[in-house]
Amino acid sequence: MWDYTDKVKEYFYNPKNAGVLEDANGIGDVGAISCGDALRLMLKVDPETEIITAAKFQTFGCGSAIASSSALTELIIGKTISEAMQLTNQDIADFLGGLPPEKMHCSVMGYEALRAAIANYKGDTWVDDHEEGELLCKCFGIDEGMVERAIRVNKLTTIEQVTHFTKAVGSCGTCIEGVEGVLGRVNRDMVAAGELDAAIAFDPASSAIPRRRERHKASPLGAKQQMTTLQKIKLIEGAIEEIRPYLKSDGGDCELVDVDGDRVLVRLSGACIGCQAASVTINGIQERLVAKIGRPLRVIPVPAGH
Amino acid sequence: MRPVYLDNNATTRVDPKVVEAMLPFFTEQFGNASSMHAFGSEVGTALKRARQQLQALLGTEFDHEIVYTGSGTEADNTAILSALETQTGRDEIVTSTVEHPAILALCQWLQKSRGIKVSYVPVDSRGRLDIEAYRKALGPKTAIASIMWANNETGTIFPVETLADLAHEAGALFHTDAVQAVGKVPMDLKTSEIDMLSLSGHKLHAPKGVGALYVRRGVRLRPLLRGGHQERGRRASTENAPGIIGLGAAADLAIQHMQDEQTRVAALRDRLEKGLLQRIGNAFVTGDADNRLPNTANIAFEFIEGEGILLLLNKEGIACSSGSACTSGSLEPSHVLRAMKVPYTAAHGAIRFSFSRENDDADVDRVLDVMPKIVEKLRALSPFWKSGAKTDFEPTYA
Ligand SMILES: Cc1ncc(COP(=O)(O)O)c(C=O)c1O
Ligand code: FES
Repeated sequence: MWDYTDKVKEYFYNPKNAGVLEDANGIGDVGAISCGDALRLMLKVDPETEIITAAKFQTFGCGSAIASSSALTELIIGKTISEAMQLTNQDIADFLGGLPPEKMHCSVMGYEALRAAIANYKGDTWVDDHEEGELLCKCFGIDEGMVERAIRVNKLTTIEQVTHFTKAVGSCGTCIEGVEGVLGRVNRDMVAAGELDAAIAFDPASSAIPRRRERHKASPLGAKQQMTTLQKIKLIEGAIEEIRPYLKSDGGDCELVDVDGDRVLVRLSGACIGCQAASVTINGIQERLVAKIGRPLRVIPVPAGH
Repeated sequence: MRPVYLDNNATTRVDPKVVEAMLPFFTEQFGNASSMHAFGSEVGTALKRARQQLQALLGTEFDHEIVYTGSGTEADNTAILSALETQTGRDEIVTSTVEHPAILALCQWLQKSRGIKVSYVPVDSRGRLDIEAYRKALGPKTAIASIMWANNETGTIFPVETLADLAHEAGALFHTDAVQAVGKVPMDLKTSEIDMLSLSGHKLHAPKGVGALYVRRGVRLRPLLRGGHQERGRRASTENAPGIIGLGAAADLAIQHMQDEQTRVAALRDRLEKGLLQRIGNAFVTGDADNRLPNTANIAFEFIEGEGILLLLNKEGIACSSGSACTSGSLEPSHVLRAMKVPYTAAHGAIRFSFSRENDDADVDRVLDVMPKIVEKLRALSPFWKSGAKTDFEPTYA
């Protein structure tokens, strides 16, 4: 069992401000049931003073997610919007006397819900100072903006930390390349701005990806590497055809969409859809393709209907 | 308040009679069974007797068919790795998507590090193995098929005899991880086609850190540990005498209580299950209700997360477990429920209650009393909860 502080337990057993806020004028939703946690934050903001006069939440998730949501409401009630925006996920964790490292994403979820609720209150006039960027991690629906904020606020320097704080990379792992890219870039910026010691910044040379590539290169199938794109597509098509009966027996299906260098884009359908289940399928397809083609490939699911 | 322990698939309390049987072998009869003096020989005699007790539970004919190990995991690893070496010309594995990590993590490692081909046979929504897919996965390259006897999360029992026959038709060995089944369902391995079977002491009221691998006479075994000649050279290490003797005593007790397990324990489980489903809406049983271990109930409560349920139950002194992502620390719900395609609305809220002969009606009453309040409390917190919400899943029964 997790080593929760007494404060976390107290806020889980007897959460304050739980439930629906009927006359809310700012609502923020983050997470999804498929991803294992979700939070709806409801605010009542006085338009004159911009003070948050009431806040309530509904949360689906771990004990620490419920406690973090409740702590968040306690932290923001009575504050103005701009004061509330100064809060970080660390303030939520501190309020609770700390969270286990693996559960820090619960505090980040609170922080993200607050941003979303305030954006919702401000409506169209609200100009976000951060680009949300592209969807980085499909399994948990996490975009670049959220990963970047978590890295900056919490001074994250490893992929493991990014997973603890945002869950990105925590399922199928195919997003690791993108997340490493963001981590490297943000850490570099932070070092340049004097916010981070260069010695502990993420070192792209320590990345897990080149090592994997090396291993594939050493494979005896390396000789096949000189094939043309057309040959490659034909091989991949053939391999996918071989896999489809397995997927179909499982109630799903898979179709080749495009091949772009080492990236194989596929569309899953039927029972294969749904975030983590799909990731298992994708891993399986990737393994089979790599075995068949003898080259490093990344199989990337494209959302249905695209 | 008396605590209620309903997590016996995780581990069981060592039976006091087992402790009693073990104690002399720590202090008075502490000898090494291999020694040529009285200290050793009295231990040797006790080990022989313990082996006979375990044989009786498994229904095996020959004493050398049992190789003691340090755990169920070790027995599983030994079986698979041995088959890959002894089955010349065969280097593939067939297993299921719902095995314990003791099999799955090993297979994934073999795929990655040795390029071994592993086929993972799927299950249906009730957790039943797809026999047709199993048959197709077996082939002339299959070294071993390994399918668990009973699933640890749902209790679903697999038709191991049929599966063993099919494996043999393909010339493959058949191993079963029976860690959850031994002591809960009757076995008679001398009339069985099963080649290897793993078990673990701590699931049947023996201590942790002792297990065994049954290896049918005539099946070759490559040891995992090489060293001394203990266990006929098939598992070097000075015998864990107290553990083995404890396992023997536990096997003896399991035989005595088998009838009780099949009837009284099963009735407790059924009463809990029916009672919870009556009192709580949007809940259903996962696994194969018609073919399950007598002690296991896995119930999915929709729209709430398992960790919260466990924390609130724990506060009431009730212990059970959940396949939810939050409790495992893996960020994903149980691979077993995912393999069964239990929808995410429910998979995160699946709770396993696992009984043993030490439970009674008062335990069931306590859970029936507190569980509806707990579910209601968490649903009130959940943004997804709407009473009367529909599920698009065909549950075992609801
Ligand atoms: C089905 C199954 N196999 C293997 C094991 C591992 O046994 P041990 O803890 O003795 O290594 C367990 C226990 O969790 C189990 O339930
Ligand atoms: S873990 Fe990020 S996309 Fe799967």
